[in-house]
Amino acid sequence: MTDVPPGGAEQIEEAVETEPRSFASLLRTLDIDSRLLGMIAALLVIWIGIHIMSGGTFLTPRNLWNLSVQTAAVAVMATGMVLIIVTRNIDLSVGSMLAVIGMAMALLQAEILPDIIGFGHPLMWVIAVAAGIILGAFIGGFQGFIVAYVGVPSFIVTLGGLLVWRGVAWWMASGRTIAPMDETYQLLGGGARGNIGGGWSWIVGILASIGIIWMMINRRRTRLNFGFNVRPVWADALIGAISVGVVLGGIAYLNRYYLPELLARARFEDAGQVYPEGGVNISQGLAVPVLIAIGVTLAMTFISTRVSFGRYVFAIGGNPEAAELGGIKTRWTIVKTFALMGVLVAIGAAIQTARLNAAVSGLGQLTELYVIAAAVIGGTSLAGGVGTIPGAVLGALVMQSLQSGMVLLGVDAPLQDIVVGVVLVIAVAIDSFYRKRSV
Amino acid sequence: MTTETKQETPLVDMRDMRVAFGGVHAVDGVNITLFPGEVVAVVGGNGAGKTTLIKTLSGAHKADSGTILINGEPAQIETPRDAKQYAIETIYQTLALAENIDAPSNMFLGRELKTRFGLLDDSAMESAARSVMGRLNPKFQNFKVPVKSLSGGQRQSVAIARAVHFNAKILIMDEPTAALGPLETSQVTELIQQLKAEGIGIFLISHDIHDVFDLADRIAVMMQGKMVGIVNKTEVTKDEVLAMIIMGKLPGEATQSDIEHLHD
Repeated sequence: MTDVPPGGAEQIEEAVETEPRSFASLLRTLDIDSRLLGMIAALLVIWIGIHIMSGGTFLTPRNLWNLSVQTAAVAVMATGMVLIIVTRNIDLSVGSMLAVIGMAMALLQAEILPDIIGFGHPLMWVIAVAAGIILGAFIGGFQGFIVAYVGVPSFIVTLGGLLVWRGVAWWMASGRTIAPMDETYQLLGGGARGNIGGGWSWIVGILASIGIIWMMINRRRTRLNFGFNVRPVWADALIGAISVGVVLGGIAYLNRYYLPELLARARFEDAGQVYPEGGVNISQGLAVPVLIAIGVTLAMTFISTRVSFGRYVFAIGGNPEAAELGGIKTRWTIVKTFALMGVLVAIGAAIQTARLNAAVSGLGQLTELYVIAAAVIGGTSLAGGVGTIPGAVLGALVMQSLQSGMVLLGVDAPLQDIVVGVVLVIAVAIDSFYRKRSV
Repeated sequence: MTTETKQETPLVDMRDMRVAFGGVHAVDGVNITLFPGEVVAVVGGNGAGKTTLIKTLSGAHKADSGTILINGEPAQIETPRDAKQYAIETIYQTLALAENIDAPSNMFLGRELKTRFGLLDDSAMESAARSVMGRLNPKFQNFKVPVKSLSGGQRQSVAIARAVHFNAKILIMDEPTAALGPLETSQVTELIQQLKAEGIGIFLISHDIHDVFDLADRIAVMMQGKMVGIVNKTEVTKDEVLAMIIMGKLPGEATQSDIEHLHD
């Protein structure tokens, strides 16, 4: 009998029951992602800390507005990096890709298209951005193809890409600076005119609030239809009220950032009106790049949670073999993930070149590291399978807050890097500690 | 039952299956059949080739040569997707679950339910998962947590629920009870009998004859990639099957002293 190994070994692990504490059970009732809540708390601590240390100059409408604009491009790209990292891959080529795509879009509108459709053509920016997005999807997809079908590790493929695309970007214009950008295109970067004004910002805020409430009601109704548990009404109402309050409060606060008098005067004069005596407050409102980032965040959240592609990305990250056995085309999914990253890089490139009103071959240097750091600070696990889009956006905001804050505090540049580096490691350390306890 | 069922068309008829890894013949000219409502145990020691053989049926591994007939029709099975087209469902020894996603998502992995807009219908999937699970393991309630945080038995339930939900005609279970305690093992045993009664053909793969002897109608013993023999359970003793597994000797060939050696 000893020749046969015994079967039916008892290896039942009981699901870990965490001791319910009052706050934890409140969170469970509210059904809130506690990790996301922790990040929001960390962000608030950073904000308030810098605000106090800077003598009250950080949490001003003007500074928050700037912060939102500065965060936009990295936030857009970090949402794509989440999916890449979730599939147990990495994309180190983001910064160099950004340079190539930015350069291509700049060359199109500054040197190629004017000869064909004429300078200042209203469709100029559309063609440039569309071309950039196609190029991004192609470069990303190509790298993804090598990763998925040829089997070269993504670290190597994209490390190669980092060098290759940087060289190509230089080559495209022999190192020249390409400028200026199309007038409409420039709006994508924010700037003096690249915002939607106070009124439209309110409309966006109100639409967002309606959207939040509609989604909550819809979710509740669906779950009730199936006879599932729902949150208590008070919990739903509380979460809804807080969400709407944050959205509308944020808009109200940002809208207190007014156009400088010079620009306000110019705007009146453009409209053929007399600038009122004693000045007038015109709200800047949300900047166009911020709107783009919000739109991308919503779209990417949708893709990662409501579409089968997103489900497959997470399944591949959790267990590639299981995904394959489940009949998922895992390789093709990887290619699509990288192509999507390329598309988001193109959007980031548009924001950055529009903001600079120029493209240079050094564009986007080190951006890959900021994008990866944002995703990782946002709770994306390099082991794969875990990560959220809103987390990555918050991660981008945390990083940008630290950097802007330190500039505001007059911290030396080398020390800024040191702080950001330390925060990155601490954030991941806290996250892995949390993960060990919760699973 | 096997004498009568032999007359009908087998559900699965695998002929002269061969798989080689480099120079090693993992499966070397194996024939095996499975009839509706029948449980065939495929047993053998480590490296006997039983898992590889069955992987050619589940689409996880392509056979180098051989013919698979499903209901008498030749079938091309090259991917897990192909196998599912023939209503072949597999419960892998590793369970093949994505640990980071919840039970309903795992059950429907690769075959998600969609809303009329083509979006994931998580509520419908959860609902279906609850109804299947209500049958298999009524105590199971953790539908919204990653399967990572479930116990071994609960994970097994998820893997079984996946196979059962899609109306398998042919079910492959690789070491179905290896990771389970006595209570869960008896649940799986009950389930196998229930599925059998519904006319589903089941391959049970195990390295241990004690796990499957009571459940099996026929026992196929493999050794070093070859089929030692397929016997009706009613006609053999456990010891005779052990002799087949360990020595590669058919019941008639094994001597009394061989059998006694097994117990040394």
